[in-house]
Amino acid sequence: MFALEFPPLGHIVDWPNFIGGPDAWYGINKVVLIYFMSAILTIGIFVLGTRKKALVPTGTQNFVETAVEFVEDQIVMETMGKEGLKYTPYLVSLMFFIFFCNIFEVIPLIQMPATARIALPMFLALLAYVIYHGAGFKEHKLGYFKHALVPPGVPFALLFLVVPIEFISKFLVQPFSHTVRLFANLLAGHILLVTFAVLTSALFTKQWYAIFLPLPAFAIVFFTAFEVLVSFLQAYVFTLLTGVYINAAQSHEH
Amino acid sequence: MLLAHVSVLLAQAAPGVTNKGIAALTYGLGAIGPGIGIGYLVGQSVQAMARQPEAAGMVRTTMFLGIAFVEALALIRFVVFFLGQGN
Repeated sequence: MFALEFPPLGHIVDWPNFIGGPDAWYGINKVVLIYFMSAILTIGIFVLGTRKKALVPTGTQNFVETAVEFVEDQIVMETMGKEGLKYTPYLVSLMFFIFFCNIFEVIPLIQMPATARIALPMFLALLAYVIYHGAGFKEHKLGYFKHALVPPGVPFALLFLVVPIEFISKFLVQPFSHTVRLFANLLAGHILLVTFAVLTSALFTKQWYAIFLPLPAFAIVFFTAFEVLVSFLQAYVFTLLTGVYINAAQSHEH
Repeated sequence: MLLAHVSVLLAQAAPGVTNKGIAALTYGLGAIGPGIGIGYLVGQSVQAMARQPEAAGMVRTTMFLGIAFVEALALIRFVVFFLGQGN
């Protein structure tokens, strides 16, 4: 009855290379262009905002100072305390880069979140993996393994059970879940928007069932607004978790 | 493995049920737990914020952290859903 055919998953996230052949290692497609644009936007906003360094900030400087303060107060101080302040530049640029990559999901005519391909979230999670384990080794030297694997106050006999579990969760599963959290959220959002777009275009007919057209059309507007929220929230959560992992690696509490 | 079991059982009971349908069904099952978890978590956080508005900032950060951890389960299920559709 409907001319309804949902495109296979490959069609909505795979983009052909327009520089280089289909298998070229240097091939550039839409997603790579979005990476470049996000990087340029992130750098550009901070260059613009810190050019004048006025005492009373205006315009872009105002925005940049608010953003840095937000990361300092809400992420660094909440998760790591004072000794984490040296990670602020990394966390600020991480959050902005992810946010720009995400927000292309709802920008008309582009509408592809760059983080819906697993390459970028995986790279960022592995970068964070190197950074927080590096911070742990720097702080505890070789005692880091004991710090990471042996929770305090566990009876000796239970260690044979606890240490493998901690090893799997800290060194293997943690980067995986860090990756998948960002990737799957954005992929799900993208599929959701595509679903309602397909439904809307299928209902755009002269048949009687065109009276249902307003429903998916309204849903698409609603979910677009929702995805703006998700884009910000996932950038925030990814950065927050990076802070939590760094703190868990370098802290001295236990 | 469990999925394979269920798919064999369902294929005997109801021919015409595909792996795709079962993958969708198990996604629905996998969403129950995180759904309850996030609901309870946010409800309790809202209660905490209403009782002690001056601690709202701290509660909110912890709430997002908890949501992120609970949500990961549903999202991993979502990824397995696509993997399961392949065959």
